[in-house]
Amino acid sequence: MIGLNFVYAVAGSVFALFAALALIDAPRRAANSAFYALLSFSFYAGDIIGDFGNGLLVVALAAIAASGRFQARPREASPERPRGDALFAAALVIPAMALVGTLLFKQVPALIDGRQATLVALALGVLLALGLGYAWLRPGSATPFREGRRLMDDVGWAAVLPQMLASLGAVFALAGVGDVVGELVGGAIPQGSLLGAVAAYAVGMALFTMVMGNAFAAFPVMAAAVGVPILVRQFGGDPAPVAAIGMLAGFCGTLMTPMAANFNLVPAALLELKDRNGVVKAQVPTAVPLLMFNAALLWWVLS
Amino acid sequence: MGEVELMLVLAGVAVIAGGFLLRFNPLLVVLASALVSGLAAGLDPLRVVSVFGKAFNDSRYVSAIYIVLPVIGLLERYGLQARARALIGRFARVTAGRLLLLYLLFRQVTSALGLTSVAGHAQTVRPLVAPMAEAAAEGQGAGDQGERVKALTAATDNVGLFFGEDIFIAIGSILLMVGVLQGYGIAVEPFELSVWAIPTAAAAFLVHGVRLHLLDRRLGRSTK
Repeated sequence: MIGLNFVYAVAGSVFALFAALALIDAPRRAANSAFYALLSFSFYAGDIIGDFGNGLLVVALAAIAASGRFQARPREASPERPRGDALFAAALVIPAMALVGTLLFKQVPALIDGRQATLVALALGVLLALGLGYAWLRPGSATPFREGRRLMDDVGWAAVLPQMLASLGAVFALAGVGDVVGELVGGAIPQGSLLGAVAAYAVGMALFTMVMGNAFAAFPVMAAAVGVPILVRQFGGDPAPVAAIGMLAGFCGTLMTPMAANFNLVPAALLELKDRNGVVKAQVPTAVPLLMFNAALLWWVLS
Repeated sequence: MGEVELMLVLAGVAVIAGGFLLRFNPLLVVLASALVSGLAAGLDPLRVVSVFGKAFNDSRYVSAIYIVLPVIGLLERYGLQARARALIGRFARVTAGRLLLLYLLFRQVTSALGLTSVAGHAQTVRPLVAPMAEAAAEGQGAGDQGERVKALTAATDNVGLFFGEDIFIAIGSILLMVGVLQGYGIAVEPFELSVWAIPTAAAAFLVHGVRLHLLDRRLGRSTK
């Protein structure tokens, strides 16, 4: 069955090629190569080196990042060899494959792991697009990976930040950070005030999401502290809007925090923005009115 | 729980906030925060490393997106970004704001149908939409806008995704809500939750749409 193992094998191979090419193209910047080699190792062998082994791998990644030796490429514009509009068709292979995968892959559970349909479609789309690219453009065999490695150098060590933050969430959960935040927010609500409870719930969702970088982590905490005991039980609110609108208030928080690195920091790097927080800053003027809208909507529904 | 323990558990949060503000390397800040939180909760450091390592391994799928970079790099080498700019140049009436509004609608509608990964920062924003938006902005003759248009393109992708996906009943966040509420003995159908995502989706389209309209105003009308 094609599932995560297949996707991780593809990812491990891509990072292995990045590591090799980084070493060949810029031997003085061995830190980049080592960083990619560790990621490749993580994709290939993460399941067999044990939890502590993975922990050491993370420490090594962080040490390379903090050493300051991981460098973005010097601006070297690769010579473009212009082709026509068929490039758009090639660029749409991956999105088209995602479409096919989402719609069809769940119908063939014997062949493809339905839970991983999206990722499998992504990996298949990449392989298909690469195959077409080789056949049509006839680049050197290393060219796609050399160009890909340059883009990866631009993203830099920020590439693993989303994964690191997701892992931090696990440690926070174990340490009981959520319970404490829930206690604090729950204690801040004036007794018997629906408006106060709604405001604490919506703003609490946004703020705690900003701390955790993820509304999924904030929702169970705020549901336990305010949503279920106060909004649903005390004020008799309908649980469906309480949950749904609370989650969306959390999404407003996701727009406003560098902790949601895959949505906010990685795109800034991919677009080569000088301001690391440029995307966050562009989102705040949308997120704040939307948060107020969510709080108002919930208050209107409950009162 | 006593005051002191309360504050101790939050020390990890303080480390992360302070570390980001003081601009230490974020990977180190995250590790330090994990260590402090773990210690405050009475875990020994080796155990914290193991917990962190296990979570890191379990969330590798987050980093799988980078496998698209060789494809994007190859196509860009053969002029994809330039083609995207040229395409916009052929349509005089396309402004950056209108283009992004269209993209916002596309992203919200496809996400609402569960097709969240047909677009994204690596697949569509960097190679296609951002160059198009920049080309359109240049055509509007307002001079150099710095990074504003690019940043707003990434923002538009996020807004479209976040406030579209919850309308789809089988998305992760909906399933999470059903599960959490079930834990309190409250039964809700995914459909009831997804319906309540519609008003906010409309509001997001309005609010962000107004901002895109304001962007066009700032950029000025094209003289083309």
